Amino acid sequence: MGLNVSEIKKDFPVLGQTVHDGRRIVYLDSANTSQKPQSVIDAMGRYYETINANVHRGTYKIAEEATNAMEGARGRVATFLGANSSRELVFTKNATESINLVANTWGRSNLNEGDAVVLTMMEHHATIVPWHMVAAEKGIELRWIPLTADGQLDLTDIDRLVDGAKLVSFTAMSNVLGTINPVERLTEIARSAGAMSLVDGSQHVPHLATNVAELGADFFVFTGHKMLGPTGIGGLWAQEETLDAMPPFLGGGEMILNVTTEGFTTTEIPWKFEAGTPPIAEIVGLGAAVDYLTAVGMDEIRQHEVELTGYALRTLHDRFGDDLTIHGPAEPASRGGVMSIQFKDIHPHDLTQIMDQNGVCLRAGHHCAKPLMKALGANATARASLYLYNDEADIDALGDALEASGEFFDF
Amino acid sequence: MGLEDLYREIILDHYRSPRNRGELPPPAHRVEGFNPLCGDEVVLTIEVDDEGMVKDLKIGGQGCSISQSSASMMTAAIKGKSAAEAREFIEAFKTMMSIHSKELGDDEHGELDQIDPDLDLGDLEALKGVVQYPVRIKCATLGWNTLTQALDELSA
Ligand SMILES: Cc1ncc(COP(=O)(O)O)c(C=O)c1O
Repeated sequence: MGLNVSEIKKDFPVLGQTVHDGRRIVYLDSANTSQKPQSVIDAMGRYYETINANVHRGTYKIAEEATNAMEGARGRVATFLGANSSRELVFTKNATESINLVANTWGRSNLNEGDAVVLTMMEHHATIVPWHMVAAEKGIELRWIPLTADGQLDLTDIDRLVDGAKLVSFTAMSNVLGTINPVERLTEIARSAGAMSLVDGSQHVPHLATNVAELGADFFVFTGHKMLGPTGIGGLWAQEETLDAMPPFLGGGEMILNVTTEGFTTTEIPWKFEAGTPPIAEIVGLGAAVDYLTAVGMDEIRQHEVELTGYALRTLHDRFGDDLTIHGPAEPASRGGVMSIQFKDIHPHDLTQIMDQNGVCLRAGHHCAKPLMKALGANATARASLYLYNDEADIDALGDALEASGEFFDF
Repeated sequence: MGLEDLYREIILDHYRSPRNRGELPPPAHRVEGFNPLCGDEVVLTIEVDDEGMVKDLKIGGQGCSISQSSASMMTAAIKGKSAAEAREFIEAFKTMMSIHSKELGDDEHGELDQIDPDLDLGDLEALKGVVQYPVRIKCATLGWNTLTQALDELSA
């Protein structure tokens, strides 16, 4: 049973909008941020309209309800991720903050001069820069897992790369190539080498059923706005022992047990890492997002995206042949619905500008992965990325927009 | 607002056949400019003589039609001018580019009427349409910011 995309589309108000004199929005930028269903928007509005109050402190009715709404959402998100308990789930602003949290707490207290952290050549800057910052302070070494020609991790030399390393930090799915990495295999390799692992699930959680307990990572991060949730909310998952052993991140209210003029003690996890008033409405919205995804079904979403990616690769190749390069694995089953394209010699900025005129929304640029772009020999690509609300008509519109761009820049 | 306002014929012409393309050999001064948004890079090489005259300048690197054509027009406009005149040109161009960002509350580049009304931007006027596309302003100004940096370094 495929997804009923025409019904799903109706749940997303932005997809019903038009731009440039009545053209429907063809949204192909979900790897950047996803659209939000009405149920998420309503859940946040309802929170503000009915139970808005600060959490974990008020003794009155709506304060209790606000706390319950927030912690209830934590429980549902934890379940969605396959966590054993909601104590394993720390809310952060986004994946970037989650990785910075790990780098600043676990990293700064466990890494010393000469230690190695292993990254891959397909990482988002969110995974690269925090470790560069620790390297600048602590003098750690960064090692890089290279890529094969079709955009997979090249693990030929992996034993040497992880030898003596303290951490392997990598993405579960590339936001540029769509490559789905062998997460379980890599976390196992890290563990055998005595290293911790940090998995960036930003592109995985929205599109594939995720079970952190099975993936075997020590740290797992994700971001809410790519999985139908609002901006400003993301998370870090780790086992309780791991979180307990880490020093706190930001200091302030919510994260303390006691404060005196001499010092402070931290409260229990996960709140120990959640200083200050949390983004309550956003957490409630994220809870509504996982409810929506669960109702549709993650396996159904994945199957839909494999089929649609296959359709895109096939039809675009038929239409444009060698004029069009699509980076990454050729086989739809080993990739997500992320397609970085190069078309003729047209610069991605010019390409996406013409596409916009057709209502087609694509991102152009380096996609926050400059080392990868360099390895691809490009400064920039245009990227089309799919989600549950896209259908074959959207792919056909992409093809038509490509054709229009080709005509415009035909010289 | 149609695409023709953004991609004027003169812009496409400079994109197809960029002027002063390449790199001058040392001892020409060399500066790299980056557009952090899209990853485009320009390499500007420039020779300024003892009288402060821009004897020659070239543009290398990669970029979209807007950044490439803007840089190409810039080299044509600046070559043979004094460094002081070049700075006036830069100021005039960036003011033209800031009309829209000013409306958005960015007051960085001063008032339009402060620039010399006699200063003729020539072909560069064709880039006016870019201000309607705020994200592309960074493309149009990439070469110019790099030139400013080069002139600053040379006079330091
Ligand atoms: C693979 C990957 N990691 C991390 C991020 C960062 O997400 P955020 O900006 O929400 O922290 C992104 C999103 O751009 C991503 O695609």
